[in-house]
Amino acid sequence: MTALLEVGGLSKRFGGVTAVDDCTFSVEEGTITALIGPNGSGKTTAFNMITGYLKSDAGVIRFDGHRIENPCPALLYRKGLSRTFQQARIFPELSVEENLVIAAGYSWRGLFGARLTKIDRLWAGEMLEEFRLSALADLPAADLSYGQRKLLEFAAVLMSRPKLVLLDEPTAGVNPVMIDTMERHIRARHKEGVTFLIVEHDMQLVMRLCDPVIVLDRGATIATGAPADVQINPLVLDAYLGD
Amino acid sequence: MSRVGLVHAVVFFGALTLLPFGVGPQWILNLLIFTLMYASLASAWNLVGGYAGYPSLGHAAFFGVGAYAIAILFENSVGDGYLPFFVLPLIGVGAALLSVPIGWIAMRTRADVFAIVTITLLFMAQTLAFNLRSVTGGAQGLGVAGPPFSADTYNRPFYFAMLALLALAMGVSFYFRRSKLGLSLSAVRADEDKAHGVGVRVTGVKLIAFATSVGITAMVGGVWAYYVGFIYPQFAVDPLITIGMVLMTFLGGRATLWGPVIGAFILVPAQQYFAYEYGASQVYLLAYAAIFLVVMLLLPRGILPTITDRLRDRRKRTLRQATEFPEENTPQDAGIVGERQGAAR
Repeated sequence: MTALLEVGGLSKRFGGVTAVDDCTFSVEEGTITALIGPNGSGKTTAFNMITGYLKSDAGVIRFDGHRIENPCPALLYRKGLSRTFQQARIFPELSVEENLVIAAGYSWRGLFGARLTKIDRLWAGEMLEEFRLSALADLPAADLSYGQRKLLEFAAVLMSRPKLVLLDEPTAGVNPVMIDTMERHIRARHKEGVTFLIVEHDMQLVMRLCDPVIVLDRGATIATGAPADVQINPLVLDAYLGD
Repeated sequence: MSRVGLVHAVVFFGALTLLPFGVGPQWILNLLIFTLMYASLASAWNLVGGYAGYPSLGHAAFFGVGAYAIAILFENSVGDGYLPFFVLPLIGVGAALLSVPIGWIAMRTRADVFAIVTITLLFMAQTLAFNLRSVTGGAQGLGVAGPPFSADTYNRPFYFAMLALLALAMGVSFYFRRSKLGLSLSAVRADEDKAHGVGVRVTGVKLIAFATSVGITAMVGGVWAYYVGFIYPQFAVDPLITIGMVLMTFLGGRATLWGPVIGAFILVPAQQYFAYEYGASQVYLLAYAAIFLVVMLLLPRGILPTITDRLRDRRKRTLRQATEFPEENTPQDAGIVGERQGAAR
């Protein structure tokens, strides 16, 4: 196995608070890796730096064998690193179908072409089918429920055929049935070769879905390993239960 | 284009093309020239202010650029009178190119900050127009040579020039809506960071929208300068032009094809009427402010979106009555159906 994503010495300070502190971990190709940790341990901040939404103060990020000097969200996305957001960010004014099409990517020439080409509709249609959203294709995304939005955002970032998908709390705030749906889709895509890095608070889901599990506390990696090992690691218990 | 849309466009432009040949009094044509001018300006503004969601208040600066370009080029002679119209595309392209570095800097800011940055642009342009006396004539103004048009059909060339520019602005607007460019702009307007995160070339599409919008604005400014014949800094680079563009777009409906045109066809005649009723005082500005307040309070999204929403809701309701409980019949997985019913807004 090779590391698809390597993060070394990543750091970020907000004023006097060190959100991410010399954080080092890697995501092996073909895994569903979890990134867990108590609230405020720097998981989302790390995500934001890896995907170029936030400038890091220090650290090295390597993706797919290349060092990423100045991470730019659009460029990384085109290179195969997708992410979703905790709050399910979709484009409410666009239709469900258009939300998928815009995320599929297009050339400069495509920019001046039709809004929805036949190919666009075909690809989006397949994805809608897979996520069982076909009946909602023409609705404005604003009409979707929160859970459906999460599903749509996930489906959308898959449109670019990414190598690595970063999911920021994919099941937070959605009903149990939707959690199962989400898990099923993650597993299905994983089988097709997509690597996942998932921030998640639902420990049951993490334990049955992810391997390895990386634990952050106060911005630094404190443990990495199989879910069963991490669960009994005294450092991890300490971080979650307090000193 | 949908058939209904095509019919609308053909009827609208057909009627406006035939109109000058049937209308007697010149004042109507004069009023229509200004209505078409503002309809073009608002449609152009809508490209960046509506579709991209970047509320530029600096467009009057580029209106002034076009106006001064025509005035400087044709200070002494306009040849057969039609030459300035043929130079307009060059002015449009020139202004668009000029706007790229400006937009590149200004569009790093968003929303209200962008509005402030662009309004400073307007005042910078006005100050330049006042002070670059050797080029612009300063406060003395600058005259354009009079065209050798016959008196009874004098207005027609200007009328058709404005009509052509409106067709251009609406054509571009229509094209935006039907292309990936428009899709990308909608994404930028909704959530620019997210759009960037799914690979949208955010800076590129914003600059294309800004440059196109500004290019058309400059061309309209050129025709205006030629028509009024003599320009002064305070009228060629006038905050009221910017306000007119914005207000008409907001009134008719941002990010719609016809909204800016509807706004112009309501506000320009209304403004002329107020100016006529209350004399040449600035009372009509109070009316502007009042209209803006009413729009913001009652129709925050503008006339057209409000109407289309009402129609959509009504259609939905009749559809729902026709087929009872349609949701339960859709082939959805259990989780989605459950949530969908829970998500009634």
